Amino acid sequence: MHPQRKQRLLIILFVLAGIGIAVGLMLYALKENINLFYTPTQMANGEVPADRLVRAGGLVVVGSLQRDPNSLLATFKVTDGVAEVTIQYSGILPDLFREGQGIVAMGKLNAQGVFIASEVLAKHDEKYMPPEVTHALEQAHKDGKQDLESARD
Amino acid sequence: MWNYLKRLYHKMGSPKWFYDISNKWLPWLIGVGCLLMGVGLVWGLAYAPADYLQGNSFRIIYIHVPAAIVAQSCYMLMAVAGLVAMVWRMKIAFWVMRAAAPIGVSVTAIALFTGAIWGKPTWGTWWVWDARLTSMLILLFLYFGVIALYNAIEDDELANKAGAILSIVGVINIPIIKYSVEWWNTLHQPATITLTKKPTMAPEMFIPLVLTIVGFYCWFAVWLILRTQNEILWRERRTKWVQQVTNHVL
Repeated sequence: MHPQRKQRLLIILFVLAGIGIAVGLMLYALKENINLFYTPTQMANGEVPADRLVRAGGLVVVGSLQRDPNSLLATFKVTDGVAEVTIQYSGILPDLFREGQGIVAMGKLNAQGVFIASEVLAKHDEKYMPPEVTHALEQAHKDGKQDLESARD
Repeated sequence: MWNYLKRLYHKMGSPKWFYDISNKWLPWLIGVGCLLMGVGLVWGLAYAPADYLQGNSFRIIYIHVPAAIVAQSCYMLMAVAGLVAMVWRMKIAFWVMRAAAPIGVSVTAIALFTGAIWGKPTWGTWWVWDARLTSMLILLFLYFGVIALYNAIEDDELANKAGAILSIVGVINIPIIKYSVEWWNTLHQPATITLTKKPTMAPEMFIPLVLTIVGFYCWFAVWLILRTQNEILWRERRTKWVQQVTNHVL
Protein backbone atom coordinates (compact mmCIF):
# COMPACT_ATOMS: atom_id res chain seq x y z
CA MET A 1 0.00 0.00 0.00
CA HIS A 2 1.11 3.52 -0.79
CA PRO A 3 2.64 5.03 2.41
CA GLN A 4 0.47 8.14 2.17
CA ARG A 5 -2.69 6.04 1.89
CA LYS A 6 -1.53 3.84 4.74
CA GLN A 7 -1.07 6.92 6.89
CA ARG A 8 -4.55 8.22 6.04
CA LEU A 9 -6.07 4.82 6.81
CA LEU A 10 -4.27 4.65 10.16
CA ILE A 11 -5.35 8.18 11.11
CA ILE A 12 -8.99 7.38 10.33
CA LEU A 13 -8.87 4.10 12.24
CA PHE A 14 -7.23 5.75 15.25
CA VAL A 15 -9.80 8.55 15.30
CA LEU A 16 -12.60 6.00 15.01
CA ALA A 17 -11.15 3.87 17.83
CA GLY A 18 -10.70 6.96 20.01
CA ILE A 19 -14.26 8.15 19.51
CA GLY A 20 -15.50 4.59 19.96
CA ILE A 21 -13.80 4.32 23.36
CA ALA A 22 -15.09 7.77 24.39
CA VAL A 23 -18.67 6.88 23.44
CA GLY A 24 -18.32 3.50 25.14
CA LEU A 25 -17.19 5.08 28.41
CA MET A 26 -19.96 7.66 28.22
CA LEU A 27 -22.64 5.04 27.67
CA TYR A 28 -21.19 2.96 30.51
CA ALA A 29 -21.30 5.96 32.84
CA LEU A 30 -24.89 6.69 31.81
CA LYS A 31 -25.96 3.05 32.10
CA GLU A 32 -28.50 3.71 34.86
CA ASN A 33 -30.07 6.60 32.96
CA ILE A 34 -30.33 4.72 29.69
CA ASN A 35 -32.17 1.80 31.29
CA LEU A 36 -35.83 2.34 30.57
CA PHE A 37 -37.09 0.86 33.83
CA TYR A 38 -36.09 -0.35 37.28
CA THR A 39 -36.38 -4.05 38.07
CA PRO A 40 -38.22 -5.27 41.20
CA THR A 41 -34.83 -6.24 42.69
CA GLN A 42 -33.58 -2.67 42.34
CA MET A 43 -36.79 -1.48 44.03
CA ALA A 44 -36.39 -3.97 46.88
CA ASN A 45 -32.78 -2.83 47.36
CA GLY A 46 -33.93 0.76 47.76
CA GLU A 47 -32.20 1.98 44.59
CA VAL A 48 -35.37 3.75 43.50
CA PRO A 49 -36.05 7.20 44.96
CA ALA A 50 -39.48 7.42 46.59
CA ASP A 51 -42.04 9.91 45.27
CA ARG A 52 -40.23 10.43 41.99
CA LEU A 53 -41.70 9.54 38.63
CA VAL A 54 -39.90 6.38 37.45
CA ARG A 55 -40.62 3.30 35.37
CA ALA A 56 -40.84 -0.21 36.80
CA GLY A 57 -40.74 -3.34 34.69
CA GLY A 58 -41.12 -7.07 35.14
CA LEU A 59 -43.32 -10.08 34.52
CA VAL A 60 -46.86 -10.03 35.93
CA VAL A 61 -47.00 -12.73 38.61
CA VAL A 62 -49.52 -15.43 37.67
CA GLY A 63 -52.55 -15.28 39.96
CA SER A 64 -51.70 -11.85 41.38
CA LEU A 65 -54.11 -9.71 39.33
CA GLN A 66 -57.02 -8.33 41.34
CA ARG A 67 -59.59 -6.02 39.78
CA ASP A 68 -61.78 -3.76 41.86
CA PRO A 69 -65.39 -4.62 40.96
CA ASN A 70 -66.59 -0.99 41.22
CA SER A 71 -63.80 0.85 39.39
CA LEU A 72 -60.97 0.43 36.91
CA LEU A 73 -58.47 -0.09 39.72
CA ALA A 74 -56.21 -3.08 39.11
CA THR A 75 -53.63 -4.41 41.53
CA PHE A 76 -50.98 -6.89 40.50
CA LYS A 77 -47.46 -7.96 41.32
CA VAL A 78 -44.49 -7.97 38.96
CA THR A 79 -41.37 -10.04 39.40
CA ASP A 80 -37.93 -10.43 37.85
CA GLY A 81 -37.52 -13.89 39.38
CA VAL A 82 -35.81 -12.53 42.50
CA ALA A 83 -38.00 -9.84 44.05
CA GLU A 84 -41.63 -8.78 43.66
CA VAL A 85 -43.28 -5.40 43.74
CA THR A 86 -46.99 -4.56 43.95
CA ILE A 87 -48.35 -2.19 41.32
CA GLN A 88 -51.64 -0.32 41.48
CA TYR A 89 -53.11 1.14 38.32
CA SER A 90 -56.38 2.83 37.61
CA GLY A 91 -57.16 2.84 33.90
CA ILE A 92 -57.48 0.67 30.85
CA LEU A 93 -54.76 -1.96 30.64
CA PRO A 94 -53.22 -2.62 27.19
CA ASP A 95 -54.65 -5.48 25.10
CA LEU A 96 -51.57 -7.60 25.56
CA PHE A 97 -51.71 -7.36 29.34
CA ARG A 98 -52.08 -10.79 30.92
CA GLU A 99 -50.58 -12.72 33.81
CA GLY A 100 -47.10 -13.89 32.88
CA GLN A 101 -46.64 -11.02 30.41
CA GLY A 102 -43.80 -8.52 30.68
CA ILE A 103 -44.93 -4.97 31.39
CA VAL A 104 -43.41 -1.55 31.98
CA ALA A 105 -45.29 0.83 34.28
CA MET A 106 -44.64 4.52 34.88
CA GLY A 107 -45.45 5.95 38.30
CA LYS A 108 -44.22 6.59 41.83
CA LEU A 109 -43.21 4.31 44.66
CA ASN A 110 -45.12 5.30 47.79
CA ALA A 111 -43.99 4.99 51.42
CA GLN A 112 -45.62 1.56 51.77
CA GLY A 113 -43.53 0.21 48.91
CA VAL A 114 -46.51 0.05 46.54
CA PHE A 115 -45.93 1.36 43.05
CA ILE A 116 -48.74 3.69 41.99
CA ALA A 117 -48.74 3.62 38.18
CA SER A 118 -50.08 6.32 35.89
CA GLU A 119 -49.32 4.39 32.67
CA VAL A 120 -48.91 0.68 31.93
CA LEU A 121 -47.26 -0.55 28.72
CA ALA A 122 -47.10 -4.17 27.62
CA LYS A 123 -43.67 -5.49 26.68
CA HIS A 124 -43.62 -7.95 23.84
CA ASP A 125 -41.04 -10.72 23.69
CA GLU A 126 -39.15 -11.89 20.62
CA LYS A 127 -41.33 -14.97 20.08
CA TYR A 128 -43.86 -15.20 17.30
CA MET A 129 -46.03 -18.24 16.71
CA PRO A 130 -49.45 -19.20 15.37
CA PRO A 131 -52.25 -19.82 17.91
CA GLU A 132 -52.41 -23.56 17.11
CA VAL A 133 -48.82 -23.97 18.25
CA THR A 134 -49.43 -22.36 21.64
CA HIS A 135 -52.57 -24.43 21.98
CA ALA A 136 -50.61 -27.60 21.24
CA LEU A 137 -47.90 -26.53 23.69
CA GLU A 138 -50.46 -25.94 26.43
CA GLN A 139 -52.12 -29.26 25.66
CA ALA A 140 -48.79 -31.07 25.83
CA HIS A 141 -48.07 -29.32 29.11
CA LYS A 142 -51.45 -30.42 30.53
CA ASP A 143 -51.06 -33.98 29.24
CA GLY A 144 -47.60 -34.12 30.76
CA LYS A 145 -49.02 -33.02 34.10
CA GLN A 146 -51.81 -35.58 33.92
CA ASP A 147 -49.29 -38.28 33.10
CA LEU A 148 -47.27 -37.23 36.09
CA GLU A 149 -50.33 -37.24 38.32
CA SER A 150 -51.57 -40.60 37.10
CA ALA A 151 -48.06 -41.98 37.57
CA ARG A 152 -48.13 -40.71 41.13
CA ASP A 153 -51.48 -42.41 41.79
CA MET B 1 -8.70 -14.74 -6.07
CA TRP B 2 -7.04 -11.83 -4.29
CA ASN B 3 -5.73 -10.47 -7.58
CA TYR B 4 -9.18 -10.79 -9.12
CA LEU B 5 -10.73 -8.81 -6.26
CA LYS B 6 -7.99 -6.22 -6.55
CA ARG B 7 -8.62 -5.85 -10.28
CA LEU B 8 -12.38 -5.59 -9.66
CA TYR B 9 -11.72 -2.92 -7.05
CA HIS B 10 -9.64 -0.87 -9.44
CA LYS B 11 -12.20 -1.22 -12.21
CA MET B 12 -14.91 -0.08 -9.79
CA GLY B 13 -13.04 3.19 -9.59
CA SER B 14 -13.82 3.89 -13.23
CA PRO B 15 -17.18 5.66 -13.60
CA LYS B 16 -17.72 4.33 -17.11
CA TRP B 17 -17.03 0.75 -16.11
CA PHE B 18 -19.35 1.05 -13.11
CA TYR B 19 -22.07 2.58 -15.26
CA ASP B 20 -21.87 -0.25 -17.81
CA ILE B 21 -21.64 -3.16 -15.38
CA SER B 22 -24.40 -1.87 -13.10
CA ASN B 23 -26.65 -1.51 -16.13
CA LYS B 24 -26.24 -5.26 -16.63
CA TRP B 25 -27.10 -5.99 -12.98
CA LEU B 26 -30.23 -3.80 -12.95
CA PRO B 27 -32.76 -6.09 -14.73
CA TRP B 28 -31.74 -9.03 -12.52
CA LEU B 29 -32.01 -7.03 -9.34
CA ILE B 30 -35.39 -5.59 -10.37
CA GLY B 31 -36.71 -9.03 -11.36
CA VAL B 32 -35.50 -10.89 -8.29
CA GLY B 33 -36.48 -8.01 -6.00
CA CYS B 34 -40.05 -7.78 -7.33
CA LEU B 35 -40.46 -11.57 -7.25
CA LEU B 36 -39.23 -11.89 -3.65
CA MET B 37 -41.17 -8.86 -2.40
CA GLY B 38 -44.32 -10.01 -4.19
CA VAL B 39 -44.20 -13.56 -2.88
CA GLY B 40 -43.01 -12.52 0.57
CA LEU B 41 -45.64 -9.82 1.07
CA VAL B 42 -48.59 -11.86 -0.24
CA TRP B 43 -47.48 -14.84 1.82
CA GLY B 44 -46.80 -12.76 4.91
CA LEU B 45 -49.86 -10.53 4.75
CA ALA B 46 -52.44 -13.01 3.53
CA TYR B 47 -51.34 -16.59 4.18
CA ALA B 48 -49.06 -16.62 7.23
CA PRO B 49 -50.96 -17.47 10.42
CA ALA B 50 -51.86 -14.72 12.89
CA ASP B 51 -49.73 -14.45 16.00
CA TYR B 52 -51.07 -16.14 19.15
CA LEU B 53 -50.79 -12.90 21.14
CA GLN B 54 -50.78 -9.96 18.76
CA GLY B 55 -53.19 -11.33 16.17
CA ASN B 56 -52.87 -9.68 12.77
CA SER B 57 -50.97 -6.60 13.89
CA PHE B 58 -47.71 -8.56 13.88
CA ARG B 59 -47.84 -8.58 10.04
CA ILE B 60 -46.28 -5.11 9.93
CA ILE B 61 -43.04 -7.00 10.67
CA TYR B 62 -42.83 -7.79 6.94
CA ILE B 63 -42.14 -4.12 6.27
CA HIS B 64 -40.70 -2.96 9.58
CA VAL B 65 -37.87 -5.48 9.92
CA PRO B 66 -36.59 -5.30 6.30
CA ALA B 67 -36.64 -1.49 6.46
CA ALA B 68 -34.80 -1.42 9.79
CA ILE B 69 -32.14 -3.88 8.57
CA VAL B 70 -31.58 -2.04 5.30
CA ALA B 71 -31.46 1.30 7.16
CA GLN B 72 -28.47 0.05 9.15
CA SER B 73 -26.82 -1.69 6.18
CA CYS B 74 -27.12 1.50 4.14
CA TYR B 75 -25.29 3.44 6.83
CA MET B 76 -22.53 0.84 7.02
CA LEU B 77 -22.22 1.00 3.24
CA MET B 78 -21.83 4.78 3.48
CA ALA B 79 -19.17 4.40 6.17
CA VAL B 80 -17.19 1.89 4.08
CA ALA B 81 -17.57 4.09 0.99
CA GLY B 82 -16.42 7.04 3.10
CA LEU B 83 -13.33 5.15 4.25
CA VAL B 84 -12.47 4.06 0.70
CA ALA B 85 -13.04 7.58 -0.56
CA MET B 86 -10.92 9.22 2.11
CA VAL B 87 -8.02 6.75 1.95
CA TRP B 88 -7.85 5.99 -1.78
CA ARG B 89 -9.50 9.24 -2.91
CA MET B 90 -11.80 7.25 -5.15
CA LYS B 91 -14.28 9.76 -6.49
CA ILE B 92 -16.99 7.24 -7.31
CA ALA B 93 -17.10 6.27 -3.62
CA PHE B 94 -17.98 9.88 -2.79
CA TRP B 95 -20.78 9.74 -5.35
CA VAL B 96 -22.15 6.48 -3.96
CA MET B 97 -22.35 8.20 -0.57
CA ARG B 98 -24.26 11.13 -2.03
CA ALA B 99 -26.62 8.67 -3.70
CA ALA B 100 -27.11 6.58 -0.55
CA ALA B 101 -27.88 9.25 2.06
CA PRO B 102 -31.47 10.11 0.94
CA ILE B 103 -32.26 6.39 0.58
CA GLY B 104 -31.07 5.89 4.14
CA VAL B 105 -33.36 8.65 5.37
CA SER B 106 -36.36 7.08 3.66
CA VAL B 107 -35.87 3.53 4.93
CA THR B 108 -35.05 4.72 8.47
CA ALA B 109 -38.22 6.82 8.43
CA ILE B 110 -40.21 3.79 7.22
CA ALA B 111 -38.77 1.67 10.05
CA LEU B 112 -39.59 4.30 12.69
CA PHE B 113 -43.06 4.96 11.29
CA THR B 114 -44.11 1.29 11.01
CA GLY B 115 -42.63 0.68 14.46
CA ALA B 116 -44.81 3.44 15.93
CA ILE B 117 -47.91 2.03 14.24
CA TRP B 118 -47.12 -1.40 15.69
CA GLY B 119 -46.23 0.00 19.10
CA LYS B 120 -49.62 1.62 19.68
CA PRO B 121 -51.72 -1.59 19.74
CA THR B 122 -48.95 -3.81 21.13
CA TRP B 123 -47.24 -1.74 23.80
CA GLY B 124 -49.93 0.87 24.29
CA THR B 125 -47.79 3.80 23.11
CA TRP B 126 -46.55 5.24 19.82
CA TRP B 127 -43.17 6.20 21.17
CA VAL B 128 -41.04 5.59 24.21
CA TRP B 129 -37.52 6.92 24.83
CA ASP B 130 -35.89 3.54 25.21
CA ALA B 131 -32.38 2.78 23.95
CA ARG B 132 -33.44 1.02 20.71
CA LEU B 133 -35.92 3.64 19.57
CA THR B 134 -33.67 6.54 20.53
CA SER B 135 -30.57 5.12 18.80
CA MET B 136 -32.66 4.52 15.67
CA LEU B 137 -33.81 8.16 15.81
CA ILE B 138 -30.14 9.18 16.09
CA LEU B 139 -29.48 7.17 12.92
CA LEU B 140 -32.15 9.24 11.15
CA PHE B 141 -30.51 12.45 12.35
CA LEU B 142 -27.07 11.21 11.23
CA TYR B 143 -28.46 10.73 7.73
CA PHE B 144 -30.00 14.21 7.90
CA GLY B 145 -26.63 15.54 9.10
CA VAL B 146 -24.76 14.06 6.12
CA ILE B 147 -27.31 15.48 3.68
CA ALA B 148 -27.18 18.84 5.42
CA LEU B 149 -23.38 18.91 5.05
CA TYR B 150 -23.68 18.25 1.31
CA ASN B 151 -26.14 21.10 0.95
CA ALA B 152 -24.50 23.56 3.31
CA ILE B 153 -20.93 23.40 1.95
CA GLU B 154 -20.64 24.89 -1.50
CA ASP B 155 -17.23 23.50 -2.36
CA ASP B 156 -18.03 20.00 -3.60
CA GLU B 157 -14.74 18.44 -2.62
CA LEU B 158 -14.92 19.82 0.91
CA ALA B 159 -18.57 18.78 1.25
CA ASN B 160 -17.70 15.24 0.14
CA LYS B 161 -14.95 14.98 2.74
CA ALA B 162 -17.12 16.39 5.53
CA GLY B 163 -19.90 13.93 4.67
CA ALA B 164 -17.43 11.05 4.58
CA ILE B 165 -16.03 11.92 8.01
CA LEU B 166 -19.49 12.19 9.58
CA SER B 167 -20.46 8.85 8.02
CA ILE B 168 -17.33 7.13 9.30
CA VAL B 169 -17.67 8.52 12.83
CA GLY B 170 -21.41 7.86 12.98
CA VAL B 171 -20.91 4.16 12.30
CA ILE B 172 -20.32 3.82 16.06
CA ASN B 173 -24.10 4.14 16.39
CA ILE B 174 -24.68 0.89 14.47
CA PRO B 175 -23.43 -1.55 17.18
CA ILE B 176 -25.29 0.59 19.71
CA ILE B 177 -28.55 0.05 17.80
CA LYS B 178 -27.84 -3.66 17.46
CA TYR B 179 -26.93 -4.33 21.09
CA SER B 180 -29.17 -1.70 22.75
CA VAL B 181 -31.76 -4.36 23.54
CA GLU B 182 -29.12 -6.50 25.29
CA TRP B 183 -27.10 -3.85 27.12
CA TRP B 184 -30.03 -1.96 28.63
CA ASN B 185 -33.59 -2.52 29.79
CA THR B 186 -35.73 -1.51 26.86
CA LEU B 187 -39.36 -1.76 25.86
CA HIS B 188 -38.32 -3.06 22.44
CA GLN B 189 -37.91 -6.84 22.43
CA PRO B 190 -34.56 -8.53 21.69
CA ALA B 191 -33.75 -9.79 18.19
CA THR B 192 -35.90 -12.57 16.76
CA ILE B 193 -33.44 -13.42 14.01
CA THR B 194 -29.81 -14.00 14.91
CA LEU B 195 -27.02 -15.57 12.91
CA THR B 196 -26.05 -17.92 15.69
CA LYS B 197 -29.37 -19.19 17.04
CA LYS B 198 -32.57 -20.63 15.65
CA PRO B 199 -35.14 -17.87 15.04
CA THR B 200 -37.76 -17.61 17.79
CA MET B 201 -40.48 -17.52 15.18
CA ALA B 202 -42.59 -20.23 13.59
CA PRO B 203 -41.20 -21.24 10.14
CA GLU B 204 -44.43 -20.38 8.28
CA MET B 205 -44.04 -16.80 9.54
CA PHE B 206 -40.27 -16.73 9.25
CA ILE B 207 -39.79 -17.78 5.60
CA PRO B 208 -41.85 -14.89 4.14
CA LEU B 209 -39.89 -12.54 6.40
CA VAL B 210 -36.61 -13.78 4.92
CA LEU B 211 -38.04 -13.30 1.41
CA THR B 212 -39.06 -9.71 2.13
CA ILE B 213 -35.67 -8.94 3.70
CA VAL B 214 -33.75 -10.21 0.65
CA GLY B 215 -36.27 -8.52 -1.66
CA PHE B 216 -35.86 -5.22 0.20
CA TYR B 217 -32.08 -5.49 -0.23
CA CYS B 218 -32.57 -5.98 -4.00
CA TRP B 219 -34.81 -2.92 -4.21
CA PHE B 220 -32.30 -0.95 -2.18
CA ALA B 221 -29.54 -1.98 -4.62
CA VAL B 222 -31.69 -0.95 -7.61
CA TRP B 223 -32.44 2.41 -6.05
CA LEU B 224 -28.80 2.98 -5.12
CA ILE B 225 -27.53 2.03 -8.60
CA LEU B 226 -30.01 4.32 -10.34
CA ARG B 227 -29.10 7.25 -8.10
CA THR B 228 -25.36 6.57 -8.48
CA GLN B 229 -25.73 6.38 -12.27
CA ASN B 230 -27.47 9.77 -12.19
CA GLU B 231 -24.63 11.15 -10.14
CA ILE B 232 -22.07 9.72 -12.60
CA LEU B 233 -23.84 11.10 -15.66
CA TRP B 234 -24.11 14.55 -14.14
CA ARG B 235 -20.56 14.77 -12.87
CA GLU B 236 -19.03 13.27 -16.01
CA ARG B 237 -21.34 15.21 -18.30
CA ARG B 238 -18.46 16.82 -20.15
CA THR B 239 -16.84 13.52 -21.10
CA LYS B 240 -17.26 11.93 -24.50
CA TRP B 241 -18.70 8.62 -23.27
CA VAL B 242 -21.51 10.28 -21.32
CA GLN B 243 -22.40 12.42 -24.31
CA GLN B 244 -22.52 9.24 -26.38
CA VAL B 245 -24.68 7.40 -23.84
CA THR B 246 -27.13 10.26 -23.44
CA ASN B 247 -27.03 11.44 -27.07
CA HIS B 248 -26.66 14.90 -25.76
CA VAL B 249 -23.77 17.23 -26.44
CA LEU B 250 -23.19 20.07 -24.02
